Amino acid sequence: MKHLCRYCIATLFAVWLGNAHALDATALQNLAMGDNDARITAIETLVAAGDVAALPVLQALQDGALQATPTGRLLIVTEAGVTDAVTNQPLAHAPEDASRITINNRVRRALEAALAAFKLFSSDSAKRLEAAQQLAEGDPVLLPLVKKALASERNPTVHNALELAHSGMELKSDDPQQRLAAVQTLGNSAQEATKNRLLVLLEKDGAGQFAEPDAKVRAAAEKAIAAIEQRLKVAEYAGHVFTGISLGSILLLAALGLAIVYGLMGVINMAHGELLMIGAYATYVVQNLFKTYLPQHLDLYLIAAVPVAFGVAALVGMALERGVIRHLYGRPLETLLATWGISLILIQLMRTMFGAQNVEVANPSWMTGGVTVLGSLVLPYNRIVIIVFAMLVLCLVWLALTHTRLGLHVRAVTQNRSMADCMGIPTGRTDMLAFGLGAGVAGLGGCAMSQIGNVGPELGQGYIVDSFMVVVLGGVGQIAGTVYAALGLGVMNKFLEPYWGAVLAKIMLLVFIILFIQKRPQGLFAAKGRTVEG
Amino acid sequence: MKSSYLLGIAVGNHFTRSIFTTAVVAAGITFAAAAQAADTIKVGILHSLSGTMAISETSLKDVALMTIEEINAKGGVLGKKLEAVVVDPASNWPLFAEKSRELLQKEKVAVVFGCWTSVSRKSVLPVFEELNGLLFYPVQYEGEELSQNVFYTGAAPNQQAIPAVEYLMSKDGGEAKRFFLLGTDYVYPRTTNKILRAFLKSKGVKEGDIKEIYTPFGHSDYQTIVADVKKFAAGGKTAVISTINGDSNVPFYKELSNQGVKATDIPVVAFSVGEEELRGIDAKPLVGHLAAWNYFMSLKNPENDKFIKMWKDYVKKQKLPGGDKRVTNDPMEATYVGIHMWAQAAEKAKSVEVNKVRTAMAGQTFKAPSGYELKMDEKNHHLWKPVMIGEIRPDGQFDIVWETKKTLRAQPWSPFIPGNEKKKDM
Repeated sequence: MKHLCRYCIATLFAVWLGNAHALDATALQNLAMGDNDARITAIETLVAAGDVAALPVLQALQDGALQATPTGRLLIVTEAGVTDAVTNQPLAHAPEDASRITINNRVRRALEAALAAFKLFSSDSAKRLEAAQQLAEGDPVLLPLVKKALASERNPTVHNALELAHSGMELKSDDPQQRLAAVQTLGNSAQEATKNRLLVLLEKDGAGQFAEPDAKVRAAAEKAIAAIEQRLKVAEYAGHVFTGISLGSILLLAALGLAIVYGLMGVINMAHGELLMIGAYATYVVQNLFKTYLPQHLDLYLIAAVPVAFGVAALVGMALERGVIRHLYGRPLETLLATWGISLILIQLMRTMFGAQNVEVANPSWMTGGVTVLGSLVLPYNRIVIIVFAMLVLCLVWLALTHTRLGLHVRAVTQNRSMADCMGIPTGRTDMLAFGLGAGVAGLGGCAMSQIGNVGPELGQGYIVDSFMVVVLGGVGQIAGTVYAALGLGVMNKFLEPYWGAVLAKIMLLVFIILFIQKRPQGLFAAKGRTVEG
Repeated sequence: MKSSYLLGIAVGNHFTRSIFTTAVVAAGITFAAAAQAADTIKVGILHSLSGTMAISETSLKDVALMTIEEINAKGGVLGKKLEAVVVDPASNWPLFAEKSRELLQKEKVAVVFGCWTSVSRKSVLPVFEELNGLLFYPVQYEGEELSQNVFYTGAAPNQQAIPAVEYLMSKDGGEAKRFFLLGTDYVYPRTTNKILRAFLKSKGVKEGDIKEIYTPFGHSDYQTIVADVKKFAAGGKTAVISTINGDSNVPFYKELSNQGVKATDIPVVAFSVGEEELRGIDAKPLVGHLAAWNYFMSLKNPENDKFIKMWKDYVKKQKLPGGDKRVTNDPMEATYVGIHMWAQAAEKAKSVEVNKVRTAMAGQTFKAPSGYELKMDEKNHHLWKPVMIGEIRPDGQFDIVWETKKTLRAQPWSPFIPGNEKKKDM
């Protein structure tokens, strides 16, 4: 590693001078045919030779685009075409006997370090940031390089990262003053790894001597560690809250439809999970249609899938209501059995149509990856999108129930069916539309679930218990109760999970709900007035 | 039949005659069926085609049918064609036992190829032992079992888990010092991790540097666990050893890549993830994560080329879902080897009777798609297998970064579990 870093510096100086000469032939030979040790030495030699021409070769090696013939000829083979890695001449096609150079993680690590040195001076700030972060645990020999980069860096984020890398290197300086300054800067970090590096300073060796001889620096290190720990703790709690809200938003999406159907209409719909599943399959179908007909806009398929999932699930829901459930109003036990039967039929239907195996629903590219906050906490984009989506759906449902004619009718029928009937409200139609709304919302939930979990015929089975749990805990007949219950259960689960594990945390939650319902059978929020008719 | 005849007398003469005729016709049909059955040898295929394990097991059913077709095209076994009886135990462990009883008693199959999870194998084991059936089990597992009625064509821990961990501790593997053992909560991950823990301790790894976490089958929320892995990894060079089974792997790997865990920082080595499981995931962010198996589709040798071509042709001919995206993997290879070895043993024994085939299985060899000649051990019902470690490529295939030079004998009784020294082979 040390060697490599020295070479990096040499290279960069060479790069700045715009010095170009032929790539080292032995190194290339080793790259093509050597073992891992030889390859790492070759990478070091190439970087040391200080030629920008080495950059595409190394990049190709990292991307798996570098091929070699048995005679040691190197070729870069990409979708754009084949070029000779040494002469840079384009070729019509790769020779028959060329095969891809395979590398392992060890070579890949050496490559990343070599490329990071090149990239510190890239024009792309994202690349510079990546390089700076890569050098965070770098060797002190890289110090002049980092200093140079630091002086010219204008982007504040990259500047901070470079400063941390810089201080990390200064930790091994001979001057106690510089070490002190470095420790103080490192106190601004929020990385667990930095904390561990500082902890090393406080360790005693066999002879009882501290690794850091200066007491002042040690004191500063202790302070810095405390500061980092504080930040880590905040990040950890923020992480629990985020994952909790994320889980809660999924529970909410799963349960919101049920809150309408069961909560407001009093129908125990065991096929609710299958409406989620239908939403997820609708997303899958839309994705495939985009793949076939609009491959250039594939990233947008999810946006198109949202209304489709709502529509399909709503139609299936309305058909269910008109076909079966309306004949069973007021007979909860029969409704339960009938809807359970329907759920089995729907599962089997999906198996026949799409196969018993899970189908692949890919995240659009704007939903992969994540954003780093508080130094170490990564918030994945797909989770963020789902939280926002859940809030939107919630707002729309609330608006639909409180600010539309349908909502007014639903509330009227819920409160007093016969009176509403007398007032000329078409109760049958209202039932159908309300059921359709609940089913459609379940379809939206399924669309969201396709982005985080597996889509298969049994998708709904995994959520049905959770959904009922949320609605019952929240209080039947209350949308607000469902929201609080979903988020509360999500956050509680995520705070329990690190201590008790996924299995036990779930059991504890169930126990909690049972006890809670014993104490308060009406749930968190009791519905006021004559909500449920006999 | 007798009772219906008596009933007929009681009801009346005319009715008796018609009942009698029906009975004779029925008997005739049964006889015809029996005669037809005598021309074929029934073999059972017991893999989950639905539920959480379908992601892994469906292709084993497909490859078994392909192999049976191949054997039939060459004239079958003992001059008779093989007839596959496929059942779906639906990832439901008690149903595995029920279905295997049905295969052995009702269908009277000569042999069963099936099971993936150890919990399903444990569930069918008493049935096979009671009815003296024969099961070929094609998946790597935790060992700690030897049954007269089972042939294990997958790897024992010393043929997969232990070499993989040794690799992680080696220079090329990244010299891992800390180990995060993550698995699905059932017998295979728990036993494997027990063996690995003892092995790691024997290598001087401290208790505090090992962490074990389990999730239920079908778990899909890996946010907390991945955050936990990152936290644990800050304490030094860490490797994750994953024994997650089934479709939970998809959300796990998705979460890993979304949270930016790279293989160069924290490599994840998996024992139940192969080409088939990666088919449903974008593999680009997973480049460099590892898997340990005894076969990879990317192997270059004539047997493997033949195997892959046969599979691709079969997929095309049968129009299997997935089309040209279908891949081969280790348990598929083990299924293929198992069926061929059983056919060879039956030929040698000149019978498909379980006891005779069992004796003939000892020492059977087969030139496998892994490129090695695999041998069924004379004593312990396990195959001698090579070990290979692969790194995930952007296209969902594996680059082989390490392999043994020859095949290894299986140790079903791991020396790392106390009390095993006294246990003997069969």
